[in-house]
Amino acid sequence: MENKKEFTCIVCPVGCHLTVTKEENQYNVNGNTCKRGEIYAQQEMIAPKRNIASTIRVEDGFLNLVPVKTDKQIPKEMIFDVMKEINKYRVTAPIKVGDILIENILGTGSNIVATRNIAKNN
Amino acid sequence: MYDIIIVGGGVIGCSIARTLSKYDKKIGLIEKNYEICQETTKANSAIVHGGYDCKPGSLKAKMNVKGNSMFPELSKDLDFTFNKIGSLVLAFSEDEMKTVEELYNRGIENKVQGLEIIDAKRVKEIEPKVSDQVVGALYCASAGVVDPFNLTYAMMENAMDNGVELFTETELIGLEKNHDGILVKTNNGDFQTKYVINAAGLYSDKIANMGGDYDFNIIPTKGVYRLFDKKKSDTINTVLFQTPTERGKGVLVTATYDGNTMIGPTSDKIGTVEDTTTESESLAIIDKLGKLSVPDLNPKNTIRVFTGVRAKPNTGDFMIYASKNMEGLVHCGGIESPGLVSAPAIAEYVEEILIENGMDTKKNPNYNPKRKGIVRISELSTEEKSEKIKENPAYGKIICRCETVSEGEIIEAIRRNAGAKTVDGVKRRVRAGMGRCQGGFCGPRVIEILARELNIDPTEVRKDLSGSKIVERHLKK
Amino acid sequence: MLNYDLVVIGGGPAGLAAAVEAKKNGIDSILIIERDRELGGILNQCIHSGFGLHEFKEELAGPEYAQRFIDQVNELGIEYILNTMVIELNKDKEIIALSEDGLINIGAKSIVLAMGCRERTAGAVAMNGYRPAGVYTAGMAQRMMNMEGLMVGKEVVIYGSGDIGLIMARRMTLEGAKVKCVVEISPQSSGLNRNIAQCLNDYDIPLYLSHNINKVHGKEKIEGVTICKVDEKWQPIKGTEQYFSCDTLLLSIGLIPENELTVNAGIEIGEVTNGPKVKSNMETSMEGVFSCGNVLHVHDIVDFVTKESRVAGKNAADYIKGINDSDGKKLFETEAGNGVSYVIPNYVVSGGKDGANLYFRSRKPYKKVEVKVLIGDKVIKTKKMPAMIPSEMVNIPLSPEEIANLNDKIKVEVKEIGK
Repeated sequence: MENKKEFTCIVCPVGCHLTVTKEENQYNVNGNTCKRGEIYAQQEMIAPKRNIASTIRVEDGFLNLVPVKTDKQIPKEMIFDVMKEINKYRVTAPIKVGDILIENILGTGSNIVATRNIAKNN
Repeated sequence: MYDIIIVGGGVIGCSIARTLSKYDKKIGLIEKNYEICQETTKANSAIVHGGYDCKPGSLKAKMNVKGNSMFPELSKDLDFTFNKIGSLVLAFSEDEMKTVEELYNRGIENKVQGLEIIDAKRVKEIEPKVSDQVVGALYCASAGVVDPFNLTYAMMENAMDNGVELFTETELIGLEKNHDGILVKTNNGDFQTKYVINAAGLYSDKIANMGGDYDFNIIPTKGVYRLFDKKKSDTINTVLFQTPTERGKGVLVTATYDGNTMIGPTSDKIGTVEDTTTESESLAIIDKLGKLSVPDLNPKNTIRVFTGVRAKPNTGDFMIYASKNMEGLVHCGGIESPGLVSAPAIAEYVEEILIENGMDTKKNPNYNPKRKGIVRISELSTEEKSEKIKENPAYGKIICRCETVSEGEIIEAIRRNAGAKTVDGVKRRVRAGMGRCQGGFCGPRVIEILARELNIDPTEVRKDLSGSKIVERHLKK
Repeated sequence: MLNYDLVVIGGGPAGLAAAVEAKKNGIDSILIIERDRELGGILNQCIHSGFGLHEFKEELAGPEYAQRFIDQVNELGIEYILNTMVIELNKDKEIIALSEDGLINIGAKSIVLAMGCRERTAGAVAMNGYRPAGVYTAGMAQRMMNMEGLMVGKEVVIYGSGDIGLIMARRMTLEGAKVKCVVEISPQSSGLNRNIAQCLNDYDIPLYLSHNINKVHGKEKIEGVTICKVDEKWQPIKGTEQYFSCDTLLLSIGLIPENELTVNAGIEIGEVTNGPKVKSNMETSMEGVFSCGNVLHVHDIVDFVTKESRVAGKNAADYIKGINDSDGKKLFETEAGNGVSYVIPNYVVSGGKDGANLYFRSRKPYKKVEVKVLIGDKVIKTKKMPAMIPSEMVNIPLSPEEIANLNDKIKVEVKEIGK
């Protein structure tokens, strides 16, 4: 791993420019304006994680798709594997916002949850 | 066995189809595109010219003046928008006033109605937005603007009501003289017919060549336009031309049939009939020239730029005549401006040629010259709107917000006999997507309605031309 | 004719928040009119997270954020109609709307305009070349993809670096498309930095700043684009052309408030914002007609829409109860001073009981600035900021005390305070 890295914080819309330097076994974060930025920067140095959003095909619903998201961040390098897995699923209406549609996806510890209600088609 | 095959579904071909449908004939119209009204007819100034600038004695002059006189009744019979708003040729100097006088005299010779030379004060009264530099103008009360799309659709629909058959995606590949007349070879099978009418616009010279005629060439000439948003403050009331000088013909600033303002066109000879590209240099030219007529035009209010290609003949005049080499073949080539206004007169001229060439005139017993347009919900009074929605609830479901177009109108546009098959076809018939958001909101809904009504998958829905599919695939299926 | 105390036109985040706030302030007779098939507006297609950080202190997906307000509307028993389009608003605050059930006449004591905005289109930028299939606004593609399940293409170029475009770059990549690049004519992105990081950098999608699309290729369906570098005046620099093949070109070149109704009703429109001019109580130039959200000015985060809409909803409620905050009080204009492109509200009510919430944007990007709010020549507030960019709206609230005895214009200006 390099000793110095610069990137944009993605925690909130402010988008601080972060500089991280490694000293011994510790990461020093500069440029952040909040604690969450520091945590993000350290995580980014060790093992970057992301949340993703997608959709799942719905049977019998008011719409054909339900939007979903990861409820915990997943390792960045697993994004496309998780997408592939999501695309295998089909669910049936009705669906409520917050419903867990896929549990612990690919062992990441993150669930795929619905982000809206889909009423049954009548 | 057909009596007549018309090649080309532009305004000329459709006008001829409608005119000939009053005879008891089996008539087919072939169009190479996915829909009719796809080439020069869909992208031009849409002006019903007075006819004062055509050379006296030319076919153009005759067709223009006669066509102009036919529009008021035609627009009633076929129920399309024609606004006789008058035109002005603006003069910016005394020198230019001399040209205006020449145009006036030419107009009188051509028997143009409603011509008058007026002073700057009158010009301002007629069109308050014109430049203060204007010293006078030629006013032509008989000029106007037309909905070129629905003019064409109306003529085709009416022709089909009277029995004409339409074959789209049918491209002419060869003509063969035989005992029964002419064999029309296409990518979609052959048609045996007695007469063939070449109304192929930009391709009319190539088709003349197929019949062994080499009397004219098309010099494709492109024109770039800018269309402005409908804003009350920007409204133009008339068609504003500039006085032609050695430097050029100037550009026009005009109201469209639906109340937008439009400027253009450039006039550039190009190598290929396919080139409908726009470029910033051309836009800069029309912007500059447009501002001479109306100084407060603001390009910021643009909703669309587009380019049309005119079928300019190298001979300088319309080329409408019976082939000397292939009996039964009639050419209608080189129909550049003023082709749109001339269309109904050209159709009657072709009719005369056919009769001279032996076509019998037995009437179609079921001929009906009238056609009703699609009801526009936005144009109805409050009570009429209520009535219409009661009669058909789909007219209460507004799909296009900018132009207030209902699902009922879109369905009607698709279900008509020469109906819309594409997103742009819907747009040109009922204006869904024609407004300032250019289909951003209604696009997905129009795709959905087209797929449902045509019973095709959304991935099969096209924007306009055969190769213009919009949706690549279904997700998550 | 139907009669309501309050009619809210638009059931997106702005309309929902305004209606909920009016209800909480004691108004029972409320109708929300929504033209789409459901409440929630554009949030329904914004399936990515990032909404609600201010409002709920958590990151919600667009539909989740909308759902929270839809739930409130339902719990509070606020009436709404869907698939209904308002086509006219007149000076007597009468509304004509169309739906499949017929034409509806509605009278209202007060109205909140919350119709949102639309996207700028290809016509507005007049690109050279053809006008083929495959050119869409980013929002249209987003709706087709996220709500209808229809993917518009597999090789994508994005023109304009607005947030919707950046979000769509990631979204299309996730669904298997190859996003070739994002092309931005300005030297800086019009989207948020975090979106460049997590939507472009994460997926190695190049962002070409100070570049323009030189030409669109392909007559029937788009086949590619030529891009080129531009100078400070946005003129192409010869010899910098690059060709990218693509079957899709998404436009993310800005949003425009949708004010057809407003304009036709004769309500005054601001030149920079393209939305109605409002007082600090969110009232437009038509008495009793209020406005909020993207129809007023385009926002970058929905949380501010909600905040602003509550002010509109509360003041509409007050107006119905006979308390008009702007009635008989002096109005003072707000002015966009040095470095500021516009300030909303356009007028501040002297002695306005709820103060005034100033929203504004900078004209260009700044590092380390001091934002000053002045009454006449007197500085009444300063806010230091590490950076300021045009894409990020800034909010400075003024308390009732601060505007108690206004006697002059309120000006907002930006001053750089060194590197």
